[in-house]
Amino acid sequence: MSHHIVEVKQLRHVYPDGTEALRDVSFRIHHGESVAIIGANGAGKSTLLLHLNGYLPATSGTIRIGDHPLSKETLNEIRRTVGMVFQDPDDQLFMPTVFDDVAFGPLNQGLTPALIEQRVTDALERVEARELRNKPPYHLSGGEKKRVAIATVLSMLPEILVLDEPTAGLDPRARRQLMALLQDFHHTRIITSHDLDMVLELCERTIVLHQGMVMADGPTLEIFGNETLLAACHLEKPFSMQGCPVCSPKAIRRLPKPQPPLVPPHGDRQHDHAHHLHDHDHHDH
Amino acid sequence: MLAIDGTLFDFKRLDLLAMRESAVHRLDPRAKVLTTLVFIVCVVSFGRYELAAMLPFCLFPIALLALGDLPAGYIARKVLVVIPFAVMVGLFNPLFDRQVILQLGPLGIWGGWLSCLSIVVRALLTAAAAIVLVAVTGFPAICVALEQLGMPRVFAVQLLFLYRYIFVLTDEGGRVARARQLRSCGNKGMGLRHFGPLLGHLLLRTWERAERIHMAMLARGFTGEMHARRRGRFGAGDVLFVLGWSALFVTFRLYNFPQLLGMLLLGS
Repeated sequence: MSHHIVEVKQLRHVYPDGTEALRDVSFRIHHGESVAIIGANGAGKSTLLLHLNGYLPATSGTIRIGDHPLSKETLNEIRRTVGMVFQDPDDQLFMPTVFDDVAFGPLNQGLTPALIEQRVTDALERVEARELRNKPPYHLSGGEKKRVAIATVLSMLPEILVLDEPTAGLDPRARRQLMALLQDFHHTRIITSHDLDMVLELCERTIVLHQGMVMADGPTLEIFGNETLLAACHLEKPFSMQGCPVCSPKAIRRLPKPQPPLVPPHGDRQHDHAHHLHDHDHHDH
Repeated sequence: MLAIDGTLFDFKRLDLLAMRESAVHRLDPRAKVLTTLVFIVCVVSFGRYELAAMLPFCLFPIALLALGDLPAGYIARKVLVVIPFAVMVGLFNPLFDRQVILQLGPLGIWGGWLSCLSIVVRALLTAAAAIVLVAVTGFPAICVALEQLGMPRVFAVQLLFLYRYIFVLTDEGGRVARARQLRSCGNKGMGLRHFGPLLGHLLLRTWERAERIHMAMLARGFTGEMHARRRGRFGAGDVLFVLGWSALFVTFRLYNFPQLLGMLLLGS
């Protein structure tokens, strides 16, 4: 395959219980693009992701990965091409040790032991988890689990990475580390998330899903600037675009009234209040 | 549930012990599994009134404990967990078997008491050997060894998955139990009625997780066959370990050493 294009055309999916999770989804993602798929809970993000490597069959519509349309014959090749990182790393790490887990994909591809060793070492090195290789997964921290989960996919040398909520449940430092990692990848990346600040940093393009339909598809900044669209899809601007919580006019109204200091001052109350106001002015920038 | 969480399934520590470095840890898992099997067969095959003849067998777990540098107190606590179960098994022996087979001065000991005690000692010995085996080998390595020794692969994979997800499941069960406990205001009586739905809920969650795991396996090219990495080779040291201990066990089994020692001391 020369170009790793992901093309979804008029995709529709109805669950057996009659829920129409995807109604009409079409988009085309080019090689090397980093695209976010955002939407409220139940918008159809997860269902869409499960179609990208053929886990769920489309009720109607087509999916093309590279030169292959997704079908039973191309399934194995497509699953190698599309590396899927699930939201809960406990679902992804099922082998006794990190090494076994990262080697699971290459072993299924039938590679030689030497090549497998190489793949595992490279993948672990890529996510800075070399020292974890002999640990069992339940001894890892949340951030470590997430990075190893990504390594389990990298070891299969995918061209396209699909990540479901990569920053969910991580502490700020682990989140930063993961974002720096994802930023460095040259793969085509498809990321779903509610962490819109991460989307803003990692994805140049954003697709907004709402009730199983594509509501918008365009440059991330443009979409996050469109407040009517975001509100209609039950979303909000990322925090970094909402202005300073201390000095924006809306925020000042929400701030608690200046409290008297804990130790009652001997001076007059009036003066104290003025001092607090002055503080706010100082913060303004 | 929370108590179970803390005591029975405290496997994590066993697992950490298995990652230590020592001569026993370095032995091939197959050697340790085989030796333990011989040990268990020998102990279990004793007659039902045997007691003293089994005592020399405690040498094996104690030797591994020392060589493997394991915390004796922790292992002992794990082993003692089996006592109630063993007592349950032997509970009715003294009632049914009232034949006096041992006379201690004026005190006649019924055969039932002897066989009950014998069951407890057997349970302690075999449990000790099994737990020490896990502590010096690690559960996954034991599964691989069993498979290499001829156990069907399906069972090995089942055991591995069981071991991997027992941690996740006990965490989940612990959380559910805690949530119930916090809202039942210290009221323990209403337990049974609520445990049904609680367990059902846990089962459904497990089911869903199994589906997600399967999904993750498919996504990485799983086609129904588990490919395991082959590792380690059976060296001379391993052969020596198996043969040496097995020979000792068989000798212990055939000759009643405590009795021989007693006769020697009493000069008869």
